[in-house]
Amino acid sequence: MTAPLLSVGNLTKRFGATTACSGISFDLWPGEVLGIVGESGSGKTTLLQCVAGLQSADEGSVAYHLDDGHRIELSTLSEPALRRMQRTEWAFIHQHPHLGLRMNVSAGANIGERLMANQWQHYGNIRSEAEKWLQAVEIDSSRIDDLPSTYSGGMQQRLQIARNLVSKPKLVFMDEPTGGLDVSVQARLLDLIRNLVRKFGLSVVIVTHDLAVARLLSSRLIVMRNGEIIEEGLTDQVLEDPQSAYSQLLVSSILQV
Amino acid sequence: MSTEPASVPDPGYNFAYLNEQTKKMIRRALLKAIAIPGYQVPFASREMPMPYGWGTGGVQVTASILTPDDVLKVIDQGADDTTNAVSIRKFFRRTAGIATTSDTETATVIQTRHRIPEEPLSESQILVFQVPIPEPLRFLEPRETETRKMHAYEDYGLMHVKLYEDISQNGHIATTYAYPVRVEGRYVMDPSPTPKFDNPKMDNCEALQLFGAGREKRIYALPPYTRVVSLDFEDHPFEIQKWTEKCSLCGADDSFLDEVITDDKGGRMFVCSDTDFCSKRQIGRQEAAE
Repeated sequence: MTAPLLSVGNLTKRFGATTACSGISFDLWPGEVLGIVGESGSGKTTLLQCVAGLQSADEGSVAYHLDDGHRIELSTLSEPALRRMQRTEWAFIHQHPHLGLRMNVSAGANIGERLMANQWQHYGNIRSEAEKWLQAVEIDSSRIDDLPSTYSGGMQQRLQIARNLVSKPKLVFMDEPTGGLDVSVQARLLDLIRNLVRKFGLSVVIVTHDLAVARLLSSRLIVMRNGEIIEEGLTDQVLEDPQSAYSQLLVSSILQV
Repeated sequence: MSTEPASVPDPGYNFAYLNEQTKKMIRRALLKAIAIPGYQVPFASREMPMPYGWGTGGVQVTASILTPDDVLKVIDQGADDTTNAVSIRKFFRRTAGIATTSDTETATVIQTRHRIPEEPLSESQILVFQVPIPEPLRFLEPRETETRKMHAYEDYGLMHVKLYEDISQNGHIATTYAYPVRVEGRYVMDPSPTPKFDNPKMDNCEALQLFGAGREKRIYALPPYTRVVSLDFEDHPFEIQKWTEKCSLCGADDSFLDEVITDDKGGRMFVCSDTDFCSKRQIGRQEAAE
């Protein structure tokens, strides 16, 4: 049996007297999509940011397994090594595209940034790679020289995905990737993410408050409340037969049309 | 060419305006800057009797390195006779009583705003640049905390993003001044708003080059014989500006030319931006004619 790609052990993060995450442990297996759901303020995003190295946890460990079998502990990694990993092995999709994009340079430059940071020095190659990725996220490649601010919200989100996936990461963190988009755009984006995940064999940790998103994308689910894991299991299992009272409440609160 | 001999400074001023403690502090920053070529050293920039943007950084550096035997030349966009250059020269004549000149060869300290003289510099000379924005990454990354990390970790992908953007919008690298350079294969540096025409002159230069940014409170330096490489793409190599015209006054075809509008009927002429270089060539041509 292979080792998990990511192991989180007993992770705790406090903000003063508030405990945002307490004693969280989970494993992420290669090729798996793990959903983290819960009400707002339950600590999902903080957990994601601690795991992705954007915030430092107060206690606990985050271990990542490299291709060569090495296991690296996030907290022992030097900052430059962590930054290198964040822009090569990993990707982080923000809820708001403007957090993940450079709004004052063209779409092509946005996609090319990771390549240039990884020592690509040939303009023609960078550009053709950017065109390839625009097509992969269903954006017309004639828009390559346009600023992201001229894109619609859904396109901006797709551009952010392209910008992140261009370095062929293995592990993608997503923080409410469909938040703030209208339903039809959401559906299209989810479809796209699902295809990309399959195509590139990505492992994903996705945070969402939308159980429909979780159901569509993730294979396993973690339900959080007040910084703790309430329930975890296969997505269908959790959603069809929730065990804890809170999960039952969460599932029954889905709006029915 | 005009040279004014050393004179007696105005009483009441310390030599070269700044007090000795301040000069010491700036010299310490300069030494650190020279030890780490291209690295921006913070320093406690002082208020100077001139507005920010008029060369307060350069003036502080010059004041700290001047000795009574120095001969100072000040140029503004290559010219010795524009307001900024004349005022700074006068300022140091009054406060330090040193000799000043417009002759590139005899000057020991040259303070410049946005040009490097056409005449090659020597080991006995120091070139002082006035710098408005020392941070080459500022265009794309406004956070100082972030740009400092990028320098520390050699995280310079962003610099190429700017050049990429240039090519995608204009078909070629359209940055003509403040063209980023890599110093000794390590720090990326903004060579101040000098035209990229002058970038090759910085490479392996015999003279010491000092950069002072007064408002931004940063000093950086290039020791003599430092490797300075302009950034580019493999398929879009670095190029300097070229002109189809020659200088209308001295006939030079290898110097940096300014376009001067002469009337409102479309009349224009091209002249050397380096006035000392141009007038020397004009004298040479006259002598050859006689």
